[in-house]
Amino acid sequence: MRPRLVPRQAPSRWMALLAPLVAALATLLSGAILFAALGRDPLEALWVFFVSPISNWYGVGELGIKATPLILCATGLAVGFRGGVWNIGAEGQLILGAITGGGLALLFPDGAGLWLLPAMLVAGVLGGMLWAAIPALLRTRFHTNEILTSLMLSYVAAQLLGYLVHGPWRSPEGFNFPESILFSADATLPIILPGTRLHPGILAALGSALLVWLLMARLFPGYQIKVVGMARPAAAYAGFSHSRIVWLGMLAGGGLAGLAGVMEVAGPIGQLMPRISPGYGFAAIIVAFLGRLHPVGVVLAGLLMALLYLGGEQAQIGLGLPPAVTGLFQGMLLFFLLASDVFINFRVVWGPLAPRLKG
Amino acid sequence: MSQSPRLRLQGITRAYPGVLANDGIDLAIRPGEIHALLGENGAGKSTLVKIIYGVVRPDSGRMFWEGRPFSVSSPREARRLGIGMVFQHFSLFETLTVADNIALGVEGNRRQLSRRIREVAARYGLDLDPDREVHTLGMGERQRVEIVRCLLQQPKLLIMDEPTSVLTPQATVKLFETLRRLAAEGTSILYISHKLQEIQDLCEIATVLRQGRVSATCDPRQETPRSLARMMIGDDLPELARPSLTVTGEERLRVNHLSMPAHGPFGTALEDIHFSIQGGEILGLAGVAGNGQRELLAALSGERLTHPDTLWIGGEPAGDLDPAARRRQGLAVVPEERLGRGAVPEMNLVENTLLTSHYLVSGGFIRFRALRRLAERIRVEFRVAAGSTRTVARSLSGGNLQKFILGREILHQPQLLVAAHPTWGVDVGAAGAIHRALLELRDRGAALLVISEDLDELLTLADRIGVLYQGRLSPLRQTAGTTVEEIGLWMGGRFEAETLTPTLNADGMVDYAP
Repeated sequence: MRPRLVPRQAPSRWMALLAPLVAALATLLSGAILFAALGRDPLEALWVFFVSPISNWYGVGELGIKATPLILCATGLAVGFRGGVWNIGAEGQLILGAITGGGLALLFPDGAGLWLLPAMLVAGVLGGMLWAAIPALLRTRFHTNEILTSLMLSYVAAQLLGYLVHGPWRSPEGFNFPESILFSADATLPIILPGTRLHPGILAALGSALLVWLLMARLFPGYQIKVVGMARPAAAYAGFSHSRIVWLGMLAGGGLAGLAGVMEVAGPIGQLMPRISPGYGFAAIIVAFLGRLHPVGVVLAGLLMALLYLGGEQAQIGLGLPPAVTGLFQGMLLFFLLASDVFINFRVVWGPLAPRLKG
Repeated sequence: MSQSPRLRLQGITRAYPGVLANDGIDLAIRPGEIHALLGENGAGKSTLVKIIYGVVRPDSGRMFWEGRPFSVSSPREARRLGIGMVFQHFSLFETLTVADNIALGVEGNRRQLSRRIREVAARYGLDLDPDREVHTLGMGERQRVEIVRCLLQQPKLLIMDEPTSVLTPQATVKLFETLRRLAAEGTSILYISHKLQEIQDLCEIATVLRQGRVSATCDPRQETPRSLARMMIGDDLPELARPSLTVTGEERLRVNHLSMPAHGPFGTALEDIHFSIQGGEILGLAGVAGNGQRELLAALSGERLTHPDTLWIGGEPAGDLDPAARRRQGLAVVPEERLGRGAVPEMNLVENTLLTSHYLVSGGFIRFRALRRLAERIRVEFRVAAGSTRTVARSLSGGNLQKFILGREILHQPQLLVAAHPTWGVDVGAAGAIHRALLELRDRGAALLVISEDLDELLTLADRIGVLYQGRLSPLRQTAGTTVEEIGLWMGGRFEAETLTPTLNADGMVDYAP
């Protein structure tokens, strides 16, 4: 009697929903063991990591701030991923949104009226789209692998931002720090929860999740994306243009990542600096898959990932653990998710007489 | 026939979730016997064969090899006992030579092997050059490679799984000679097929399976095709309506000197394909797979675009239109691959209905209620055996999925339907239903193009018939008065002389007898 994996007749819907929960629980458990091995009280450490960051309204506000770029990027990425468009460069598209939107703010250092903020948001979206358009063009014209191009363009974007804030956009009053001037009030997002730093970005994130849900569940282009992602020959037979889906997937991801970028610099950061994101664009890939590429799942996964960021900070302060602990938890979460995903298509059978092939 | 059986099965039972694939099957094969295993798709033939060949283990039952009880847990063990199998789908590396491919499964040094291949090939009339690369071989030759690979192991029992599905009638005759010679030398042959004529020609005993059980054991030479079919599916087959020509005279499809380069290294280029179809008629195109069928289909469906003038649908140039635009001009296509092209495996029937029903979208929004109604109509009218329209395409049997796809395309009321291999791998009952649906569509005035490897199918369905060979089209003939032998010759490329003689009429179309 030993366990073996047997293919299921159809993928289990229950397991598809349960897998993220199993992964989260396994991450918690492994985290507890890890903390114990490091000589910390596991329960206390978990409390510091997962509960204390949101034990007051300020903390909840911080959770929203961190979740905003994660949810925005991940919902956009999920659109492409559903269609087999592997945009890995949301980080770069986020940075470019910050550059274009933030650049507009720098053009009007003394403010310019109520139109400036909406214009910045549009500029941010366009900036992200522009950066995503490069891999899209390369893919549709030259069959270049978008995984590589979008990833490499992320580093180009980071260098570009570094050049700008070290050079032309450096603040004259910044004591030679590589930073731009602070944005004017017209170019800064308002606070929506008094006593916190929470800005309307979280509403944009929820709104984008709603729109993506509408696209994927009710609209024809969303259906085309799914068909292309599941069966390319069927899409060709139906007459769905693959290039259009590549463009749609890349632009959706790039646009929302760009929006996330401009909201970061117009919100909690308030200026341009060399590092405006602790890897939100990359973490969003985990968020998208943890959320099963479904908008509701992505929102929940985005909140969880945001909590990991906050918990990591708390663990550094409260427990004296190294900053790597955040990455460690992200990695464990993805690892356990991929492992539990096996059970969507397979089930465990105990016994000697397991069928080996379907008839 | 007094010899004791070489292989005997007793009460073999094997269950899969939801189905009893084999239910108490008894079978005995004697030395030198050609034994047919007959049954519809899903009757349990492949499960039974996999049990004999050690791929699947039975839940219960006993097996005897030359009188001694045995069990096999892998094909390797089965081969060691002397059981060989030629699968329906070949497992050959196209870029390697025949000898290289065989060497992968057989021990021994290469020079000896080449000599043994030539010996075995010559002895059984299997024409084969060990040094040729497999991609240059036709389907019949590839099958010979598989057979020779088996014969090198000197099997006592040779299992052949639907061997003629890829062969021309002439190649089939050659294969039968080989099999008869093997049987005369004492090799037992288990011959799996659903082609009744073949089984009557070749086999002296048949075990018929129906729904996992043995429904009859008989001498097929004493039976009629009708009685054999009855054993397979239980009740009588409905008679097919004979083709009755109700040509409307309106040209629905015109392929105008279409040439197209090959797609990929193993593709076939189309050369100057030229024909037209009118409303109310079915044109059948025969030919062994790989002679340009795939390319012609892609050109017709719009998956590959050409010059606008090379293709006219409903009197309009359409060569440069994408599949969706051609559909709006009245074209419907039933593709060769059902799962993955004709339907998305992971999507349910409602979602799969939308694949070609783009008119059920308004303002970008999918009209789900109308879509669900249409899917339900397809399911009911075309008797698709699925729990509901929420069932995913992947879980449907081949025949049911084909009925669904065909139903979907027919309910669009096309002016022109192109169907590839409409009943390939489909059981007899479903095949009858599909043929009736196609004839009904024709009688309502649509033009149909049916591309198939099944000659019997084309001879029953088509009003005119032609053959694709190496990307070229033979002359088209009225089906009535055309014989299997003639078409068979064409399938081997023997129409070249005819096309060179000026049998073209005034507007450049190949003439055919009225």
